[in-house]
Amino acid sequence: MSGPILEVRDLEKRYGARRAVAGVSLDVWPGEVLGIVGESGSGKTTLLSAIAGRVAPSAGSVTYDGRDLTELADVDRSRLIGDKIGFVHQNPRDGLRLNVSAGGNVAEKLMAAGARNYGALRETACRWLDRVEIGRDRVDDHPSKFSGGMQQRLQIARVLATQPQLVLMDEPTGGLDVSVQAKLLDLLRGLVDELGLAVVVVTHDLGVARLLAHRLLVMKDGLVVEHGLTDQVLDDPAHAYTQLLVSSVLQV
Amino acid sequence: MSSGYNFAYLDEPTKRMLRRSLLKAVAIPGYQVPFASREMPLPFGWGTGGIQVTAAILGRDDRLKVIDQGADDTTNAVSIRDFFAKTAGVATTLSTRDATVIQTRHRIPETPLQHGQIMVFQVPIPEPLRWLEPRETETRRMHAFADYGAMHLKLYEDVARYGRITTAYDYPVLVAGRYLMRPSPIPRFDNPKLDASPALMLFGAGREKRIYAVPPYTSVKSLDFEDHPFTIESWDRPCARCGAADSYLDEIITDDRGGRRFVCSDTDHCNQRLDAKEKAA
Ligand SMILES: [Zn+2]
Repeated sequence: MSGPILEVRDLEKRYGARRAVAGVSLDVWPGEVLGIVGESGSGKTTLLSAIAGRVAPSAGSVTYDGRDLTELADVDRSRLIGDKIGFVHQNPRDGLRLNVSAGGNVAEKLMAAGARNYGALRETACRWLDRVEIGRDRVDDHPSKFSGGMQQRLQIARVLATQPQLVLMDEPTGGLDVSVQAKLLDLLRGLVDELGLAVVVVTHDLGVARLLAHRLLVMKDGLVVEHGLTDQVLDDPAHAYTQLLVSSVLQV
Repeated sequence: MSSGYNFAYLDEPTKRMLRRSLLKAVAIPGYQVPFASREMPLPFGWGTGGIQVTAAILGRDDRLKVIDQGADDTTNAVSIRDFFAKTAGVATTLSTRDATVIQTRHRIPETPLQHGQIMVFQVPIPEPLRWLEPRETETRRMHAFADYGAMHLKLYEDVARYGRITTAYDYPVLVAGRYLMRPSPIPRFDNPKLDASPALMLFGAGREKRIYAVPPYTSVKSLDFEDHPFTIESWDRPCARCGAADSYLDEIITDDRGGRRFVCSDTDHCNQRLDAKEKAA
């Protein structure tokens, strides 16, 4: 591939008179992790939802691998996103089927993609459980019996099993205990490196951003106020708002 | 025919509404068409969806057969047959071969169906994805987008838990390569009879207000895995009455000492075979 895998141009999302996203452009290249940081209300989650096709943008374009998602028919967009783009929800309950076994959760999208061999599906599911450090003996358990951290790891296995080229993550470690967060971050970083994934990760947690992201966008009031390499943005912020964000973290 | 009823009980505007839904259902095989289900003089669970479909398609020259399980003589089958004999004055029959319309709850007859015949199924729950997704808006979207990733999940869960596909009734099928469909609570033994059948298959769900159809000669594939292929039930003995080795058998308790026999669930099929044997003897 010669160009960015994701190109967002002049994206806007208006709710009445309010502009939740007020004209954002960004590129994500294959193998690159882009972090989007900002406080709640900055528009970062709306931006991610628009990229994921979950909310319709008011203006602008979202081009994935050369195809403008905003121009596609609903059914084609849904299929393309389902096949190629993974989405990790903050709350694993939004991304899992709690009344279906862990193995079934991982196998579902493989079956959607046409896999029809039970033995192979089960082996693939078990291998993914290995990779997210869930014991194979849990493959037939329902995720409702899992801890929050295990549920999040299962969600990640479910998303990655179909080998998406782009993964969108919304506060992937939010809602977890600090010790569990650290372990999950390590796991995520390892998987992203190993699989060479392109990732857009939205977080209010600059620690998460520093650990995962190669580049950062800082959002405020629906706009990008600063962007650059992660270390550069966090260690030497140029914009007054970023300086405030960074210093407030340091005070914690 | 008793006076005081319109032909086949329902008024003509209602029948026209039903026929429009039926035509749409035939045009889009396997797709669930909503319809304005009417009160019928039978409680839900007694096949009010099937009865409305039958009422909408019956003509004066039709011969109606009604089966419940495989039998023509159960209370439910007798009530429905009497209902149409009374309200439409149509001829009724126990013979699959002679019937033009066959209303059924649990079986497709063993006698091969002919072109021109119509099967009407009484459907309790039309939505094949309901076990997984309670929201109607979401199942509609899944059908519209053919988003059927979940469709094999039930079979996966079966094999994971029991080592084999245990779904015995209402086994999910894909119709004309497009729509996922519940075939109503027929045993999976009957699923192959749906595939490329010369007869028209109509499905009516009264409580859920849905109609769907499989037109003649339409592909109906039962879902499965390569390493757990779809199979039909088989028995290690033939029918104790007629000796049929290829029909669906019911277990009958014959005494209170645990005695039991296996006989054809399709009573017309069993009787026809017995008659033929007696004539030959
Ligand atoms: Zn028999």
